[in-house]
Formats: sequence, structure tokens, C-alpha cells
Amino acid sequence: MKVRVIVTLKNGVLDPQGRAIHHALEGLGFEGVNDVRAGRVIELDVADSTSDEALDDMCRKLLANMVIENYRIEKAA
Amino acid sequence: MAFTSAVITFPGSNCDRDMAVAIEQVCGGTVHRVWHGDADLPDGLDFIALPGGFSYGDYLRSGAMAARSPVMQAVVRAAERGVTVLGVCNGFQVLTEAGLLPGALMRNAGIRFVCRDVALTVENNQSLFTAGYEAGQQITIPVAHHDGNYFADDATLDRIEGEGRVAFRYAGPVNGSARNIAGVLNDRGNVLGMMPHPERMIEAAHGGTDGRALFENVVRGLVEA
Repeated sequence: MKVRVIVTLKNGVLDPQGRAIHHALEGLGFEGVNDVRAGRVIELDVADSTSDEALDDMCRKLLANMVIENYRIEKAA
Repeated sequence: MAFTSAVITFPGSNCDRDMAVAIEQVCGGTVHRVWHGDADLPDGLDFIALPGGFSYGDYLRSGAMAARSPVMQAVVRAAERGVTVLGVCNGFQVLTEAGLLPGALMRNAGIRFVCRDVALTVENNQSLFTAGYEAGQQITIPVAHHDGNYFADDATLDRIEGEGRVAFRYAGPVNGSARNIAGVLNDRGNVLGMMPHPERMIEAAHGGTDGRALFENVVRGLVEA
């Protein structure tokens, strides 16, 4: 089973990398970009029997830092 | 009994030797060098130091992989038993990732790596680590980091400030840290994490000796305890 974990910074947590990307886009002449937030995508190939609880556990214990980040799990159809 | 300490080396640590030399020179006793894959620590440790560097190449997040390495489980157990633990720079990142200290260290607000001497204010001189300084004393210690921007939610920040757990504060902005926090203690006071490098201010040839008092007091505090 292919699983995609999307890790993003929580709202309210300043994102210096997102801000730098934003400035770079403006520098390239792109207009109308209101905000940029950078995150991380982690693709897992796991046994089909892997439970949702186990996936949650992986995210909480390692893949995301719950102090500053949120995560979302997407399973490939 | 002789003072016994351990410096943990992770793959990618690069301040482990500096840390070991500082402990040897200031604290004396026996300094064990411990590899990250070791499941057990030497017996009878008084002091554990987690050094600076780029453990596991800073993969995933700074300190994230090191915090899950075998030796860290032993370090967490030792900290819970009351063993004194110091994490400097990457060591601080590892301690937050391991849950021994609150908050997280994010990319510097200015994006760039910051490497220079900084002025620190000693906020709490009642701790095992800081009792050799005056309260409010300004000291100079170098920083060298990319991810030193301390973050915790406001409730956590209020709590640790109220409990006197901010050991050091930057005298001016350095990396975007919340409330200019540079070093944080755990609730019991036996674990300190800090981004500046006290082990790089031990002898006159380093340009200053403001780091000595921290190591001196770790020994003094343990002898008196």
C-alpha cells in the first residue's frame, strides 16, 4: 500500500523557508502570490495490513514534530 | 568518588571532542566517549553531554533521528533518575526531539546560518548549571547554528518563564527565538539545553572563558548535593 504523509507547519508558526520562497517568486516577477508555506511529503510503501493506528503512531513518534507541525495521511487508491 | 561523565557521539556530531576536552580540563575525572548505537551507558555516570554537530545529516528535522537512537533511550532513563544532562546546539535539538525539554528548534528566522560570538544574559543563577554566574550577568559565548530559532506555544513559554526555567537569554535578537530564549531547563533542573557553545569559551586562547563557570558548577553542584 502506498501512503503519502504530508507534514505542514501549524498555523501561527513562522515559516522562514516559506517566506524566502515567497520573496524569490516575487523576484522572478510572479504577481499575486499572497503567502507561501513550505512543508514535507514522505512517501511510504507499507504492508496492506498496516492499520490506521500504526500510521498515526509513525507520524506522531517520528515523521512529524507535534510541537510545531501537523500531518495528513493520504492513501493511494 | 571521581567525577564520571560521558560524551555521546552520533554520526555527524562534530563538537564531541571539544566537549570532552572542556569536561576533562574543567571538571576532571573520567570522560567516557559513547557511540550512538550503544544501548547502555557506563555505570556510575554523574554527567552526560550531548554535543553539537549535524547528527544524521539533520535528516527529517535537526536532532530527530538522534533522539530515536538506542543510546538516547538510556539517556532518557538516566535523566529521569536525576543524572545531570547538558545538550549544546545539536544536543539541545536532540533533547527537545526526545521530549526531555519543551519546545522545538526551527530554522533561523533570517534563514542564514549564524556563526559568531553572542551576548547572553544569565536569567536564572539558581540552577545546577548556572549557580557560578550572577543573576543578570552578561556573558559572551559563541553560536554556530542554522536551526536555533526556539519555538513553544505561549502557554508553555509562560509556564517555563514562571518556573525560572529560562537559564539564558540572548541579549539581542540572534535567530528569531521566542522571547530571545537561548537555554532551557527541565522541570527538575537536571537537564539543560542551550544553542550557544560554552565548551568553546574555556581558555584564554578561545577568546574568553565565560563557559568555564558552567562546567565548574556542574562538578561543584554534584559534590555539594
